Amino acid sequence: MNTTAIVFFLEAAIVSGTPLLFATLGEIITERAGNLNLGVEGMMLMGAVSGFYIGLISQNPGLALLAAMVAGAAGALIYAVLTVSLRANQVVTGLALTIFGGGFSGFMGQRLVGEVAPESIKLAFKPFVVPVLGQIPFVGKIFFQQDFFVYLSYLTAILVGLYLYKTRIGLNLRAVGENPAAADAASISVSLYKYAHILLGGALCGLGGAYLSLVYVPAWQENVTAGRGWIAVALVIFATWNPYKALIGAYLFGGLDIIGFRIQGIGFPVSQYMIDMLPYLVTILVLVVVSLKKSQENSPPKGLGIAYFREER
Amino acid sequence: MNLISMEGITKTFGRVVANKEIRFQVKHGEIHALLGENGAGKSTLVNMLSGIYTPDSGSIFIRGKAVKLTSPRAALHAGIGMIHQHFKLVEVMTAKENILLGQKSSFFIRDEQLTQKIKEFSHRFQLDVDPNKKVYDMSVGEKQTLEILKVLYRGANILILDEPTAVLTPQETQKLFQIMLKMKEEGCAVIFITHKMNEVLAISDRITVLRKGETVKTVNTGETTTQELAELMVGHPVNLAIKREEATPGKVLLEVKDLIVESEERVKALKGVSFSLAAGEILGVAGVAGSGQKELCEAIAGLYPVKSGEVFFKGENLVGLSPRQIITRGISMSFVPEDRLGMGLVASMDMVDNLILKEYQNQKGLLINRKPAAAKSKNIIQKLEISTPGIHHPIKELSGGNIQKVLLGRELDSNPDLLITAYPVRGLDINVSYKIYELINAEKKKGVAVLFIGEDLDVLLELCDRIMVLCGGEITGILAAKQATKEQLGLLMAGEKNGKREDTELA
Amino acid sequence: MLRMVKRAQMSKTKSTGIRLLAVFLALATAAILIMAMNLNPLEVYGGLFKGAFGSAYRVREVIIKATSLIITSLGIAIAFKMQFWNIGGEGQILMGAFAASCLALNIPDLSRPLLLVLMIIAGMIGGGLWALIPAFFRAQWKTNETIVTLMMNYIALKWVMYLQYGPWKDPLALGFPKIPNFTLNGILPKVLGMHIGWIFAIILVFLVAIFLNHSKKGYEIAVLGESENTALYAGINVKRTIITAIFLSGALCGLTGMIQASALNNTLSIEVSEGIGYTAIITTWLGGLKPVFISLVSVLFAALLQGGSFIQIAFGIPQAAAQLLQGMILFFVLGSEFFIRYKLVVDRPSLGEAKEELEE
Repeated sequence: MNTTAIVFFLEAAIVSGTPLLFATLGEIITERAGNLNLGVEGMMLMGAVSGFYIGLISQNPGLALLAAMVAGAAGALIYAVLTVSLRANQVVTGLALTIFGGGFSGFMGQRLVGEVAPESIKLAFKPFVVPVLGQIPFVGKIFFQQDFFVYLSYLTAILVGLYLYKTRIGLNLRAVGENPAAADAASISVSLYKYAHILLGGALCGLGGAYLSLVYVPAWQENVTAGRGWIAVALVIFATWNPYKALIGAYLFGGLDIIGFRIQGIGFPVSQYMIDMLPYLVTILVLVVVSLKKSQENSPPKGLGIAYFREER
Repeated sequence: MNLISMEGITKTFGRVVANKEIRFQVKHGEIHALLGENGAGKSTLVNMLSGIYTPDSGSIFIRGKAVKLTSPRAALHAGIGMIHQHFKLVEVMTAKENILLGQKSSFFIRDEQLTQKIKEFSHRFQLDVDPNKKVYDMSVGEKQTLEILKVLYRGANILILDEPTAVLTPQETQKLFQIMLKMKEEGCAVIFITHKMNEVLAISDRITVLRKGETVKTVNTGETTTQELAELMVGHPVNLAIKREEATPGKVLLEVKDLIVESEERVKALKGVSFSLAAGEILGVAGVAGSGQKELCEAIAGLYPVKSGEVFFKGENLVGLSPRQIITRGISMSFVPEDRLGMGLVASMDMVDNLILKEYQNQKGLLINRKPAAAKSKNIIQKLEISTPGIHHPIKELSGGNIQKVLLGRELDSNPDLLITAYPVRGLDINVSYKIYELINAEKKKGVAVLFIGEDLDVLLELCDRIMVLCGGEITGILAAKQATKEQLGLLMAGEKNGKREDTELA
Repeated sequence: MLRMVKRAQMSKTKSTGIRLLAVFLALATAAILIMAMNLNPLEVYGGLFKGAFGSAYRVREVIIKATSLIITSLGIAIAFKMQFWNIGGEGQILMGAFAASCLALNIPDLSRPLLLVLMIIAGMIGGGLWALIPAFFRAQWKTNETIVTLMMNYIALKWVMYLQYGPWKDPLALGFPKIPNFTLNGILPKVLGMHIGWIFAIILVFLVAIFLNHSKKGYEIAVLGESENTALYAGINVKRTIITAIFLSGALCGLTGMIQASALNNTLSIEVSEGIGYTAIITTWLGGLKPVFISLVSVLFAALLQGGSFIQIAFGIPQAAAQLLQGMILFFVLGSEFFIRYKLVVDRPSLGEAKEELEE
C-alpha cells in the first residue's frame, strides 16, 4: 500500500468516524450529568430518519439538521422524564429508548426505503477544501478536505472540551455527575442540569444519525446505524469521558469500520463478514483493557446511573 | 428578637413521624446545641432549615420574617449554611473548584482571582485550606475545614454542623471548637448537632433536647448536668455506667503477626499490625475513622487480600482461607458501615432471608429450608425488641436501629468463638446501646474472644479489657483499659507513639 | 407547589392497577398516532386482537411465539436477578442455533429422539458458552457486561452470516444464500398442532421459579445482585456464582435458538433470532423478574407481535409499529413505577407564607 492509499484510507476513516464522534460526544455530555443513556442507538435512528425525511420534503439542509437534532433531543426527553423526574432504572429506560427509536425509524422510514437524499442536500454537504489548512501535505488532505459535518464535529469536540473543563457551567455539570448531593448543596439545580445535558446529548446523537442517512449513505436504508450507537457507548469508556480522547477513539473505530472493504479491495483473501466483526471485537477488547486499569481521575462519574432524590433516606 | 424561630414544625416520611410540632429558637451570636438520640429528629429538623426537606406543616422565621426554605439556595440566601455529616464535596475536584460550584460569576473560570479571594477568606476566619489540593487527597479534618470555608464564602452567617465531631480525633475536635468560637466572635450563630453530652457541655451556650421527634426542653448550658441531659434524651432516669465483667482471660485464641494489607490502588491500609486476643477478653480498637479498622476486620474474615503476615486462630493460619472456611472456624464478623446497610445485610430481602445468609450453606441438598430461620426470626425479634411489621417485611424499610439489631441478633445467634464487631451501637438509642454492651459482656463471660471496634472513647474505656489504637494503618499503642485515659488515647489516635509525635507520612 | 413523598408499602392490587393503567395510557397514546394515520384506533386495536386470537391457528401461532419468548425471558431473568445486564440474548440464541445445527447438519442419520436430545444439549451449551465470555470478563475484571453482551450479538450475527453466505451455503439453492434444511430427524415433533417447545416452556417456568426462589444458587444470585460485598461476606464464591448464573442464562437463550432453528426455520439462518433477545428484555422487566408473571407478559407480547403482523396486512401499518408500541408500553410502565414508590403532594400555603405575601 502506498502513501496515497494510506491518505485516502485515513480520510475515509475520518468520514466513517464522524457519526461515532457526534454520538460519543453526546453520550459524554449525558454521562457527565450522571445519566447512563443506553438509548444512543435509538436516538441516532430517530435523528437519521427525521433528518432524512425533513431533508427530503424541504430540500433544505439546515432544516434537515434541525429536525435530526430535535428528534434526538425528543428521544432524550422521554429518557430524561423517566430517569430524572420519575427515577426509573437508567439501564432499562435506555434499552426501551433503543427499542422505541428502532420502531420509530422503521415506522417513519418504511415509505422512505430506497429514497435518495436530494441533490440540494448532497451539494450542501459536499466536501470542500479549507483555505490554508487544506493545503498542508497529507494532513490537509486527511482532515481539511472534508464536508461541513466533519468540520462541525471537530468544532463540537473542541467546544465540548472547553465547556467541560474551562467554564463554570461545565464545572457545575461535572459536580452534578460526580456528586449530585454536593451540587445540590451548592445550590446547583440538579434536575435542570440533567435535563439540559441529556437533551443536548440526544441532539448530538441525532446529528450523528443524520450524517449517516444524509451524507454517508446517502439514501434511506433500514437500521442505518447498524450498532454504531452501541459502539459510541463503548467509546465513551474508551475516551474516559474526555471529549478530546473521543476524537481518537471515533477515528480509530471509523477506520476499523471500513478496513474490510479496503482489504478486500487489494485482494486480501478474507471473508467480508469476518472483517465486519472487527469493530465489535475491538470494542470488547477496549472495554476489557479499560477495566484492567483503574484510577481516581479516569473513572466514570461517581453518580453515574443513580437517580438523585434530595429527600431520600 | 430570635435569629431563628421554628414553630410547630411537623415532618413525616411515609408512616414515620420524624418531627412533630417542633419549636426551636436560636439567638444571635450563640452556639446552640441540638441534642438527642438517633432518630430523635435532629437531622430532619436542621435539614428543613437548610432547604433539603420541606416541612409538612409549621413555619420558620428568620430575623422575625417568615420564610419558605424550599431549596439549599433559598436557605443560603437567608444566610443559613450547613455542614453535613457526610461532606458535600466532589472528591475529584480541588478545594477551589468545590468552592466555586454553583457560584454566580463569569462564564469562564478565572483562576488567579479566585485563588486570591479564597486565601483572604481563609486568613480572616483562620481556616487552613490549600486551594489547589484535590479533595480525595485531604484528611477528614481538612475536608471539614473546607466545608466550613465553602459555606462562609457563600455568605452564611448561621452555621449548622451535623455531628461534626464523629469523624475527628479529640485534638481535631478541639481545633473545630476553636473555629466555632471564632465564628461566634464574628457574630455568627452556630447550631451544633451531637449526641455526645460532654462536648455539648464544653462548647455550647444553650441546649435544646429532642426526643422521638418532639422538643423536650431548652436549657442554659451552665445550669445543667450530664445526668439531666441523659434523662431528658431518654425520657427516664438512666444508668450511664457500663459494668465491666471481671473475667480471667483464657488462652490466646487469635494472634495477628505483622499483618500488611494493600488496597487496589496499592496503598498500604495496614502496615505491619501485630496483636493477640485471648478467650474471655474484650480488645477494643480505637482510632479515627479510616485508620485501618475496616481492613483489619476484613482481613481477619478473609475478605481483604493479605499482602504478608499471619493471622493465627486456635493455632491455625487463616491467611489464604476463603471467607466461608473462616466462618465455619467459628469466627463472626459484623461491620456496621456508616449507611448501616452495605455489608452484612441484604436490604431488599426480608428478615428470614437475612438470617440464613451465613448458614444456608450448611443445609443439605440444593434447596433451602426457610422454616427454622422463620422461627429464629420471631425469637430474635422478641429477644432484641425489634419493631417490624413482620418477618417477611424487607429490612430496608425498618429504622436504622432495628436493621442493626437484625444484624447483631444473627451474629450472636451463630455462637462464635471470636466475635468481631465494628461500631455495633452506631446510631442506636442509649437503652439499646447498653443492652448491646450487656450482650457483648455476656459473650465474654461465656469465654468468647471479642474484638470491639468503637467510636466512643468513654465506652471503650469502660467496656474493654485492653484498648489498641490504630493510626494510619499502624498500632500506635495497646493500653490496659483500667489505667488508660482519654488524653492518652487521643494522642495515640493522632499518631504519637510513646508521647512523641511521629513524622506522619503524607504518601 | 408539587412535591414528592415516599410511600409506605402499597397493596398488590393497587400497584397492579397502576401498571395496568400505564399499559392503557400507552395504548391511548398510540391511538393518537393511529388517528394521525387516518385510521380508527378502535378498529386497529380490534384488528390487533382479532389477529392474535381470531382463530385456532392464530392462537397456536401466538403460543409458538410466546414459547420462545418465555424461555428466553427466563434466561434473561436469571441474569437480571444478579444485576447482570445480559442484553446478549440475540447472540446466545444464534449461537445455540448454530451449535444445534452443527449436529443436525452433520449427523442427520442419527435416530430422531437421540439427535433431538443431543441438539438440545448442544444448543444450551452453545448459548451458555457464548454468554460465558462476557461473564468471564465481568467476574475477572468487572468489565461492563452491557456493552460486551451486545457486541457479542453482532459478532454472532456476522458469524452466522458468514456461514450462510459462505461455507454452509446450500449448493442446491441455485445461488440463493441459504443453509440446507435439516432432515426430519432434526425437527422437533408437534403436540396439539404446535411444536413441543411449549411443553418445555411450561416446565421451565416452574423449574426456574423454584431455582430462583428456593434453591441455594438462586439465593446466592439474589444476594450477589444486591451487593457483591455482602456476597463475599457471606462466603459466597462470587466468580463461580456469576459463571453458573450466566451460563444458565445463556443456555436458556441457546435452547430458544435450537427450538427456533429446528421447529420453525428448519435450518440455521440469520433470521432465527427474530429480535426475541431484545423483546425478552422487556418482558422480563415487565414481569418483575418473576417467572409466572414473565410468562403472562410474554403471551401478551406474543399476541402483540402476531396481531401486529395481521394489522400490517389489514391496515397497511408498518410492522415496526408493533416495536414502537412495545417501546411505548415499556416507557409508560417504567414511569408508573414511580407512582407506586412515591406520591405527589400539593403544598398548601401555610400561615407563614400568607403572611409573607402580605408584607410584600
